[in-house]
Amino acid sequence: MKIAVCISHVPDTTSKINFTDGDTKFDTNGVQFVINPNDEFGLTRAMWFKEKQGASVHVLNVGGPETEPTLRKALAIGADEAIRVNTAATDGFSVAKQLANVIAEGGYDLVIGGRESIDYNGGMVPGMIAKLNGANFVNTCIGLEIDGTEATAIREIDGGKETIKTSLPLVIGGQKGLVEESDLRIPNMRGIMQARSKPLHIKEPLDTAAETRSVQFQKPDPKGAVKLVDNVDDLVNLLHNEAKVI
Amino acid sequence: MVLVYTESEGGKFKKIAHEAVSYAKGIADMLGTSVTAVAVNADDASELGNYGASKVLNVANDSLHNFNAGAYADVVSEAAKNEGANVVVLTSSANSKFMAPLVAVNLNAGYVPNVNSLPESATPFKVNHSVFTNKAFASTEITTNVKVIGLAKNAYGVLENSTSVNVEAFAPEVSNGDSETVSVDKATDKVTIADAEIVVSAGRGMKGPENWGMIEELAETLGAATACSKPVSDMGWRPHAEHVGQTGKPVATNLYIAIGISGAIQHLAGINASKVKVVINNDPEAPFFKAADYGIVGDAFEVVPQLTEKLKAFKAQNA
Ligand SMILES: Cc1cc2nc3c(=O)[nH]c(=O)nc-3n(C[C@H](O)[C@H](O)[C@H](O)COP(=O)(O)OP(=O)(O)OC[C@H]3O[C@@H](n4cnc5c(N)ncnc54)[C@H](O)[C@@H]3O)c2cc1C
Ligand SMILES: Nc1ncnc2c1ncn2[C@@H]1O[C@H](COP(=O)(O)O)[C@@H](O)[C@H]1O
Repeated sequence: MKIAVCISHVPDTTSKINFTDGDTKFDTNGVQFVINPNDEFGLTRAMWFKEKQGASVHVLNVGGPETEPTLRKALAIGADEAIRVNTAATDGFSVAKQLANVIAEGGYDLVIGGRESIDYNGGMVPGMIAKLNGANFVNTCIGLEIDGTEATAIREIDGGKETIKTSLPLVIGGQKGLVEESDLRIPNMRGIMQARSKPLHIKEPLDTAAETRSVQFQKPDPKGAVKLVDNVDDLVNLLHNEAKVI
Repeated sequence: MVLVYTESEGGKFKKIAHEAVSYAKGIADMLGTSVTAVAVNADDASELGNYGASKVLNVANDSLHNFNAGAYADVVSEAAKNEGANVVVLTSSANSKFMAPLVAVNLNAGYVPNVNSLPESATPFKVNHSVFTNKAFASTEITTNVKVIGLAKNAYGVLENSTSVNVEAFAPEVSNGDSETVSVDKATDKVTIADAEIVVSAGRGMKGPENWGMIEELAETLGAATACSKPVSDMGWRPHAEHVGQTGKPVATNLYIAIGISGAIQHLAGINASKVKVVINNDPEAPFFKAADYGIVGDAFEVVPQLTEKLKAFKAQNA
């Protein structure tokens, strides 16, 4: 089985979010970048397929040279090869077109992406790849088993979950549940050494136009001070008469 | 023309369907056009006229009984093409988010999710949406002819707008593809985080799963859904589906009550879109107090049962 894991390179969850150039650009100053958490669960699931059923695992990213440490980390965790499409990731649809092209060329059976990137929260790239390439798609995937070309996926829905029978080629938008937090792997020294000599291919992008363009960013208004109350009577009163939520 | 997908369950429209139609009407007014809604297996499609739809394409098809993203995306895309839609409005439900990217590809349309308000301008078509899991907002231009918008939860509200409505049968060709839902496992007696107006959430301060009885009782009293912080679900005290925050479920309710939760940045990111936040924590230095509207510094084991009692009395009085 040939597996592609799409890796989005995002600010660490503890990052303070700031903008520069008149609030038109994300300020990367002092920001630590990591593998998107949803993708990390998917990468670990891919390693299990490799170890238990046999698979080659490639990690894919659309981005500039600054994303390479993130791809190297994925190689150190155990992916076999990395491919970076050398263009800035500005718009989800364009990113999906770039990835769909690489995936069609590479003939992958299974594509694992994340439910969403925690930076722009698009939640669109995996679904778009599936539609562009005519593959099956399961989003918010919290469990996946593959047997030959048959796949059984569990999807989180509002208020529960459902089981979907489908087949390869398949794209999933994954999240926690594919594996647990405690299953995530931290690269060890040997992995890091090996990653240095694993192939990291750089591909030139297709010529596509963006469908959307973010022109301005804004931070939420600073919050007013909390109203502290010292008994539940006052609280219920405020929630009813002031906040009007009960 | 603005096309809106209206979600129903067991034949009844969900509240987000009413909200989505209200919102679509807002856009249609900006563009000087009308709203067509698409409904799948709904009992009374004409109800959507109350919120501004002047036409409903009513699909009655047993093969669409279970949600199937590919097939539902085909329904919406076919409707958009037939009607010559400029804007397609979807929501932030799990099903909507599942099918949105497929609809966008079908229509070769730019898609922006988590949209908070009516477009800032019609030309260029510019919308405001939350990014960085509610740590910021972006203003984004959609440059394609057809635009797909995912309306954020609880962002616009339901607005009555009585419109004379035509319901037409619509029978597009749909393909369930190669995917089939074989089982659905859903608690029908509990309010879900997605549908709830109020969420009662608790963290590691509760010490152990055996203490969740008082959390559930408070939630039940309020008709609220229960939720938890990430470590609580990681330790198996509560099911994963209750984990809220940046890497869990987003919460955009009217009222969010956080009990024994410290207020880590990843937790706050996911619940920031809630309108009113109440925190109960015995540590006055807990970061959550900086993000909350109302707070009680106190021991959850005393405050929560008192609050439940008080709310029961309040409900009895106001019933
Ligand atoms: C990559 C990443 C992603 C993450 N994503 C999320 C996420 O999506 N959601 C999330 O929640 N977390 C997330 N976290 C974890 C987050 O950083 C915090 O560790 C977590 O939110 C803390 O949970 P807590 O508040 O329940 O526990 P604690 O931080 O242990 O806080 C417990 C609180 O309870 C209070 N308390 C103790 N006893 C009582 C009492 N008797 N009465 C009242 N109060 C009491 C304490 O004062 C304290 O403030 C993430 C972390 C990382 C690294
Ligand atoms: N620039 C990118 N390069 C590779 N994969 C990406 C990129 N952006 C998004 N993805 C994948 O698509 C998923 C959803 O991203 P998004 O649609 O941006 O929220 C991510 O979790 C990744 O798996």
